[in-house]
Amino acid sequence: MKRRGLTRRAFLTTASATLGAAAIPQVGFPQELGAPRRAYGERSPFEKSVRFFPESITPASSYSRTPLQDLFGIITPSALHYEVHHSGVPEIDPRLHEVMIHGLVDRPLIFTMDDLHRLPSVSRIHFLECAGNSGGEQIGRPAMNPQRSHGLLSCSEWTGVPLRTLFEQVGLKPSAKWIVAEGADAGRLARSIPLEKALDDVLVAFGQNGEALRPEQGYPVRLVVPGWEGNVNIKWLGRVHVVDQPYMTAYETGHYTDLMPDGKARQFTFVMEAKSVITRPAGGQELPGPGFYEITGLAWSGRGRITKAEVSTDGGKSWQDAQLNEPILPKAVTRFRFPWWWDGKETSLQSRCTDESGYLQPTREELVAVRGLNANDHYNGIKAWYIHKDGKVTHEQG
Amino acid sequence: MNKARLFILCAAISVVTVAVAQSPSYKLGRPASAEEIRQRDISVAPDGSGLPVGRGTVTQGRHEYQMLCANCHGDRGQGMLQYPALVGGQGTLESKNPVKTVGSYWPYATTVWDFIHRTMPYARPGSLTPDETYAVTAFILYLNGIVDEKTELNEATLPRVKMPNRDGFVGDPRPDVPTRKVDR
Repeated sequence: MKRRGLTRRAFLTTASATLGAAAIPQVGFPQELGAPRRAYGERSPFEKSVRFFPESITPASSYSRTPLQDLFGIITPSALHYEVHHSGVPEIDPRLHEVMIHGLVDRPLIFTMDDLHRLPSVSRIHFLECAGNSGGEQIGRPAMNPQRSHGLLSCSEWTGVPLRTLFEQVGLKPSAKWIVAEGADAGRLARSIPLEKALDDVLVAFGQNGEALRPEQGYPVRLVVPGWEGNVNIKWLGRVHVVDQPYMTAYETGHYTDLMPDGKARQFTFVMEAKSVITRPAGGQELPGPGFYEITGLAWSGRGRITKAEVSTDGGKSWQDAQLNEPILPKAVTRFRFPWWWDGKETSLQSRCTDESGYLQPTREELVAVRGLNANDHYNGIKAWYIHKDGKVTHEQG
Repeated sequence: MNKARLFILCAAISVVTVAVAQSPSYKLGRPASAEEIRQRDISVAPDGSGLPVGRGTVTQGRHEYQMLCANCHGDRGQGMLQYPALVGGQGTLESKNPVKTVGSYWPYATTVWDFIHRTMPYARPGSLTPDETYAVTAFILYLNGIVDEKTELNEATLPRVKMPNRDGFVGDPRPDVPTRKVDR
């Protein structure tokens, strides 16, 4: 066996071995010394999973998607974290970078990266999700695999200083109601965030999965706004302006607002509601034959912890509880698992989840009934994968 | 209120004040000078606060637009490929094919100014002067029929421009799908 990819291949190989249908692989011991040490580790050359992005004439204002179907556990490797940029990825020298906090404060201050590293920090695991993730599903264009349908989602351990700590240094005036956070990228992307959230759980983060942020995720410092649409998690943070009103920036008026059937648009729809997706078996994969498969996938909610994930193997007629893998953390991705024996018949696999607020992930029909088809941000409907008689798994009914 | 009670009340207030003042101070970060704030602060609010002094006319804007913007957005703001249309769409937001442009959808003229000032032209963001930004904004609003051909925009007049979709936004009503107990 030339490749032992830990992705679909391993899934199929394991499945084949279970059935006794595969040839016994050649196992050999190496006859020569292995490679020497290296200063910065890289994955095995047999591992090929990568982010996906479409061709674009404006690549600095575009996105890449996480290969959810290839991941284990809940942490997204930093190199595979999804990206959305509106003015490209800046190269910032951390020795020159500063974060200024000003506006309705007693003492406007400028923090260097050294200052931020010296302040008391915390580490928390949170998902980030683009408002537009899985939006194609709402408007009736279901995507072919988990990466294409739900891959604007990633989950990392973020390390940084609570924004509240910085506010304690500058002192907030009583008239402070909102903040405008601004990136130090070419377009100085800015978003308004209510002060209540800024004081609650927002981090000024410099760490991602144990090392410094990747440039695509905001090096050297970004906001992490747990559970809220990706766009407000300002990367390359350069400035926090404490103000008394939302500033109505382009990305909270012209974009990331949800146009309803009556012509009115919802604004400041920050929270990413409970959502789940099965990542294996899923579109683009193939079952070699009837037998045992473990269904696995991801569930997450911007309102807190996932309390339940359910799987339907009969096209949504009946639902059974899936097992939730520890750890189950608020505003983080939770992995679920469900044992399944495929009988070789056509069917569909679906998942739905419930969060600690009691909210149950709705069907597409329920969402479209309320929201129509003119908006496709903040969509969180149930996703189905169709199992065909030949074992192929697709996004379309047979 | 007698003096004793007044004293107790004052003491209680001072305790609260002290408690806030005593939240941890790490003496890190340096004071931001007025000049540093002036250099870095480009925020513009819908009421116009933050707008720099400046002015530009539709006529000037037509010239700037043809030089700086038309290449991507088209000579009449019609858009091209991934470059969005800046004109049109008024009256379509309730239809099956809504066209969301600056003219039909954006609720504040200050947002148009701010976005152009921050991010345009695409390849050289932040390179326009305030006067150029007022002029280009004026021309784009003119293309949308929002201001007339003789208009000059400045820091006082821009916030007073009423955009067609000014009242088109509502708050977040979610959860908007009936939350139901999982039936077992």
